[in-house]
Amino acid sequence: MRKQDESTRRQFLGLAGGAAVLGAVPIVTLQPAEATPATLAAAIRNVVGAAVVRTGKVKLDVPPLVENGNTVPMTVSVSNPMTPDDYVRSIHVFNEKNPQPNIGNFYLGPQAGRAQISTRIRLADSQKVVAIARLSDGSFWSVSADVVVTLAACTEEVI
Amino acid sequence: MASALINVPAKAKRGEIIEIKTLMSHVMETGYRHTVTGEVVPRDIITSFTCRYNGTEIFRADLFPAIAANPFITFFTVATESGKFDFEWVGDRGFSETASASIAVE
Repeated sequence: MRKQDESTRRQFLGLAGGAAVLGAVPIVTLQPAEATPATLAAAIRNVVGAAVVRTGKVKLDVPPLVENGNTVPMTVSVSNPMTPDDYVRSIHVFNEKNPQPNIGNFYLGPQAGRAQISTRIRLADSQKVVAIARLSDGSFWSVSADVVVTLAACTEEVI
Repeated sequence: MASALINVPAKAKRGEIIEIKTLMSHVMETGYRHTVTGEVVPRDIITSFTCRYNGTEIFRADLFPAIAANPFITFFTVATESGKFDFEWVGDRGFSETASASIAVE
């Protein structure tokens, strides 16, 4: 009799534990859709079309390790003269793991004098940031930088 | 409510490359955050920024939710003549702000 009691108690605990685990599974919330290397590639294709993107000329200044992904200083400069015949037409910045692959598009002209822009960006995770420059002759140049983020943007809840 | 901070040198030599710094106060709500009750906070960002120098567009930017709150943008231009820089920010929910700064070129 006593033996049976113990076994039912064990069974009960086992069942309760199992139910708790099962109940817990649906509580795991779905992460917001993430940009993936594939969507990053698609976003870049959207801008460059079928053109070949070469590496070089562009310099991307972003801290390699940031504490707060909500505001990351970033500077993009292109070593290219800014003359009426040869200038940087635009600078496009992309990321790999934010919900959206685009960060910003910046359109310059020959009157800029220096092809350099800076701004502050958000990074949702440790990831790769890619900057692409489009020159007046239609060529594209790119550079990428890896950033480690300790506190990600976008994850906190609004109260 | 919304306010802009602009930094343009007051004086410059003709042909000099000058740096322009702009900051617009704005939440830049991404549209990916949730409240504690699970509702999505709707997107509210500045989508476009333009700078004109005596009426000619010299710089334009498309902004995305990945731009940090209170967008800070700096860029360069060649000081060609005395005049005015006009800045314009356009965003979601009919957001539209303008600011201007003048420069004397010797």
